[in-house]
Amino acid sequence: MPEVLKAPLVVEFPFTRSLGPVQSAFLTGLRERVVLGVKTADGRTLVPPVEYDPVTAEDLGELVEVAPTGTVTTWAWNHQPRRGQPLDTPFAWVLVRLDGADTALLHALDAPDPDAVRTGMRVRVRWAAQRAGAITDIACFEPYDGDRPEIAGHDGRFEDMVTGIVAPARLDYVYSPGRAQSAYIDSLSSRRTVGERCPSCHKVYVPPRGACPTCGVMTSEQVEVGPRGTVTTYCIVNIKARNLDIEVPYVYAHIALDGADLALHGRIGGIPYDQVRMGLRVEPVWTEGGRHPDHYRPTGEPDAEYETYKELL
Amino acid sequence: MPPIRDIAVVAFAQSDHLRTTDELSEVEMLIPVLHAVLDQTGLKTSDIGFTCSGSTDYLAGRAFSFTMALDGVGAWPPISESHVEMDGAWALYEAWTKLLTGDADTALVYGYGKSSPGSVRDVLTRQLDPYYVAPLWPDSVALAALQAQALIDAGETDEPALAGVASRSRASAVTNSHAQLRGSVDQGGYLVRPLRVGDCPPVSDGAAAVILAAGERARELCERPAWIRGIDHRIEAHGLGVRDLTDSPSTRLAAERAGAFERPVDTAELHTPFTSQEVVLRKALRLGEEVRVNPSGGALAANPIMAAGLIRIGEAAARVHRGESDRALAHATSGPCLQQNLVAVLEGDPR
Repeated sequence: MPEVLKAPLVVEFPFTRSLGPVQSAFLTGLRERVVLGVKTADGRTLVPPVEYDPVTAEDLGELVEVAPTGTVTTWAWNHQPRRGQPLDTPFAWVLVRLDGADTALLHALDAPDPDAVRTGMRVRVRWAAQRAGAITDIACFEPYDGDRPEIAGHDGRFEDMVTGIVAPARLDYVYSPGRAQSAYIDSLSSRRTVGERCPSCHKVYVPPRGACPTCGVMTSEQVEVGPRGTVTTYCIVNIKARNLDIEVPYVYAHIALDGADLALHGRIGGIPYDQVRMGLRVEPVWTEGGRHPDHYRPTGEPDAEYETYKELL
Repeated sequence: MPPIRDIAVVAFAQSDHLRTTDELSEVEMLIPVLHAVLDQTGLKTSDIGFTCSGSTDYLAGRAFSFTMALDGVGAWPPISESHVEMDGAWALYEAWTKLLTGDADTALVYGYGKSSPGSVRDVLTRQLDPYYVAPLWPDSVALAALQAQALIDAGETDEPALAGVASRSRASAVTNSHAQLRGSVDQGGYLVRPLRVGDCPPVSDGAAAVILAAGERARELCERPAWIRGIDHRIEAHGLGVRDLTDSPSTRLAAERAGAFERPVDTAELHTPFTSQEVVLRKALRLGEEVRVNPSGGALAANPIMAAGLIRIGEAAARVHRGESDRALAHATSGPCLQQNLVAVLEGDPR
């Protein structure tokens, strides 16, 4: 068996989220160096504020200002900061109950070492130099021995409210497709197409995924199929995808390679798009250095009879 | 209201849990487990009335990844199937309700996770509040460490006691051939203080499956079915700073609704990836020293994400099947710091 294939896979997306009235006020407040909480019916102040009471589920909306100073309620020392975390030097994760609040906010505390941190210690907000209306407008907390500052009693109404955030997410993987798909990709490197036959129903799956979805059993017997095949069905693509240098319209088809019991996907070329038809006989076209067929073109054979491929639609 | 039908776990199977399984796709990892659990009952996939699975796209890095795994259950011609983006324990809960309705007499439930392609600590940040918390990227170990420190501050545990939980778990796992960490494991240095390497679970690839059956069908399929006497799941506020991290009222409530406090249990399989979480759960579930906790080694010995909770139910049921337990409690968790908790009570017929 060939060596199992591996490749880096990055999943990255700028999640764009709209904010409700409470979150909008809180994050706008951070931009303006004001920390807001929300009052519950029983008189508690939740910081960070939420739109619904976590106990009663009642609507919440009465915003009140709390102090940028507070008390650590618990902490954990992070000696190896990871990507995306608030500080790139060792720091403490902290839950901080700000003065005037009844609940705690999660953030980072900039401290020289774990001996400088304890539950009950006093801290204050260190504001980010550039603020845009996000939780990261608080750069971190820092130790603070001073008095509790006076607050102006802001009501949460600002000019130019922040109504949304963009929260970039990125996860890195090293993807391995497993035994069956590795063997398939490996065979393509010598321009061969290899499927796997189900030991129970004897269907040949291309590309193979290691299992027969009908019988629920492992497949392992490798079977070379193609290179020629039959168009079983197709569609005409009229919208150009970004970063794709194929001219529209083009035809995207299901192609049953000879010997396969499942059609795979491919683009049809070498024939005007409006002349592609079910039953068209095609063969793969490889480009120099290509790791899979670039497209399929007509072989010139007579069309396949419908009866020969109707089970593969 | 008592359940209208008796439903039991009649079979349980799991993979060996390993740090990496590069040579296997998810379905390739899953199929042997599905076959093993079916073989225990003599059922074929076509005999199963309902199929439900738990997994997450964030481990695979690919959308709708569970549909590929479905190839392993023989999903054609179409079967009655569902999926939860949670631990398989919650898939089991869904299957249990399906059987209660009478729509099916048997159910196949599975959960699986390949953690090795990505970084679990980072992947799990994606389940956090996306407005106030996720942008700070607090990883799963960091959040568990906050909970551990809260327990230490409250005087409920200390680092040597946590190390004791770790060593007992890995010692118990010696008899579990599927476990990843067995025997003596060094506590190591801090990952995020106060949690050391030994307080944290291994990163695991693995899968598990159980079969549920109702009434007489269960007796036909299993010599000593593990009857689900009660099962319930509850959730806490998502704001970490709203919660008392030293307690788990959601576990307590779920246990109460599942009937866990009506009579003592002899075994508890607790889903505690971190040593400190066992401290919280022992208190919430009022487990005394006489209760055998995590004889399988628990999630500290093998932690395939999205299967580890289902495995707790399976391990508890298997002890009932073997006659090693008469009344067992199984717990599954999901989310940071024991946010969501499921409790099931399993009993064997009187002997």
